[in-house]
Amino acid sequence: MMSSGVLMGQYYPAESPVHSMDPRAKIAIAVLFMVVLFVGNNFYAFVVMGAFAFLAAVMSRVPAGLLLRGLRPIVFVMIFTMALHLFLTPGPAIFKVGPITATWSGLVQGLFIGVRLVILIMFTSLLTLTTSPIELTDGLEDILKPFTRIGVPAHELAMMMTIALRFIPTLLEEAERIMKAQMARGADFESGNMMRRAKSLVPLLVPLFVSAFRRADDLAMAMEARCYRGGEGRTRMRQFRLHARDFLAFALIALVTAGVIAVRVRFGPVIPRGL
Amino acid sequence: MPIEVRDLTHIYNKGSASESVALSGVSLRIEDGEFVGLIGPTGSGKSTLIQHLNGLLKPTSGHVLVDGRDIWEKGGSLRWLRQKVGLVFQYAEQQVFEETVRQDIAFGPRNLGLSEREVEARVKAAAAMVGLPADLLQRSPFELSGGQLRRVAIAGVVSMQPQVLVLDEPAAGLDPKGRDEVLSHVQDMHESGMTVILVSHNMEDVARLCERLLVLNQGQIVANGTPREVFSRADFISEVGLRAPDVVALMEKLRERGWPVRTDVVSVEEAFAEIARELGQAKGARASP
Repeated sequence: MMSSGVLMGQYYPAESPVHSMDPRAKIAIAVLFMVVLFVGNNFYAFVVMGAFAFLAAVMSRVPAGLLLRGLRPIVFVMIFTMALHLFLTPGPAIFKVGPITATWSGLVQGLFIGVRLVILIMFTSLLTLTTSPIELTDGLEDILKPFTRIGVPAHELAMMMTIALRFIPTLLEEAERIMKAQMARGADFESGNMMRRAKSLVPLLVPLFVSAFRRADDLAMAMEARCYRGGEGRTRMRQFRLHARDFLAFALIALVTAGVIAVRVRFGPVIPRGL
Repeated sequence: MPIEVRDLTHIYNKGSASESVALSGVSLRIEDGEFVGLIGPTGSGKSTLIQHLNGLLKPTSGHVLVDGRDIWEKGGSLRWLRQKVGLVFQYAEQQVFEETVRQDIAFGPRNLGLSEREVEARVKAAAAMVGLPADLLQRSPFELSGGQLRRVAIAGVVSMQPQVLVLDEPAAGLDPKGRDEVLSHVQDMHESGMTVILVSHNMEDVARLCERLLVLNQGQIVANGTPREVFSRADFISEVGLRAPDVVALMEKLRERGWPVRTDVVSVEEAFAEIARELGQAKGARASP
């Protein structure tokens, strides 16, 4: 009820080859892709990586609008870094504004950084758009499992994430209820300066924390009552299995990686002729 | 200060996939000094309805009139309304946040911008009204029992001295003693002249306390009358997912067995009197020939 429907992750449910991929494969590919993105340092590499990201986006059947919306928060950062590169890279000048000079090499570098950021954000949001939060945490747990030997609490981390995700809507609903209860007592959450507003949150936050702690206690008790004792020997209802499509994706990303590395070794940080 | 609701409809998440109609075409009027019970199965729209009475929710369509004035007509703050119509939420103790009971009860009056002396006077009056001993005022609310804490929360609304008090399940989750205490103080408040609207799932409570019942089902008012009138329609009551008080069920069983008793009783005392009368007659009938 209430104003729920907000914030169930940003998962976009659909049926597509990307959606049905093994989440472990998706996470691994996303991580590898990010590394490769920063290895690639010339035009050809960006063409290859851009094409790969584009292919993945098209196959995922996620509306382009949703993907582009993920870019909104970084627009400012992007413009800022591009401007910095444009003006701070030494080289032949395009134009001068007082003491600062815009350079051709700065323009190219700025564009590279910009494109890199766009591809990075689009590709990683594709991961969360096509993988449900539960799949994501389960996949993460599996990937982290080998590291339990060196003290990484893989299962605990995943369980914490799952619980956090599960309780986001609950806490939102509760916050709304407490807010209304305080408004019924004349509380005002909307007007006043920064200080006043921050202070007006106390009647909301204290009860919210109190109940969150109580809820946490109850949940811990309920889990223990059902013999929860961590991840050891625990099995899962959904078992992940790698399919042909996952291997295909692996092969593709391997190809991209090899290509980008080869291009880097062969050409170095080149700009295609004509630019 | 009568409250009038005209053709009120409320739709949650209108226009989205999770759209749901909580109230449709509800009209009602509550006069000064009434004690009205609002009953209905879970999800019938009771909580949604009462949140309209002090402007916490805005109607999708329809009007809420307090003192003949449409509360949404002019924009601006609804603080005047929140002061006149006090709303006590379900599990109200969850709203308590201050370090001492006194501070918490004072939260509402302070928001009204009253002087410290007036605030203190209201805190004392409100605490007395819900039967909190004065020595509890210094304590931390988190040291109190469930029943006491509930009464602190109610006092936190009563201290604003509303003319209409709306309570959503004020006795839910309390032990029998806590229940009786809370409800008897609600009764006292009504007797002191406050209009009271009580939302409850406990049919015995509403039958005993309320002068008039409104029955809500699937977002519509399906009955409006005295507890006696409403509960005498046993079939209808169970149809909407409620049940009549136990004494009514008892009287009906007796009738089935051929006892010509009245079934429109609402309290144990009444039922007792009726059965005693009937027993007396039966005895008299046997003795007379």
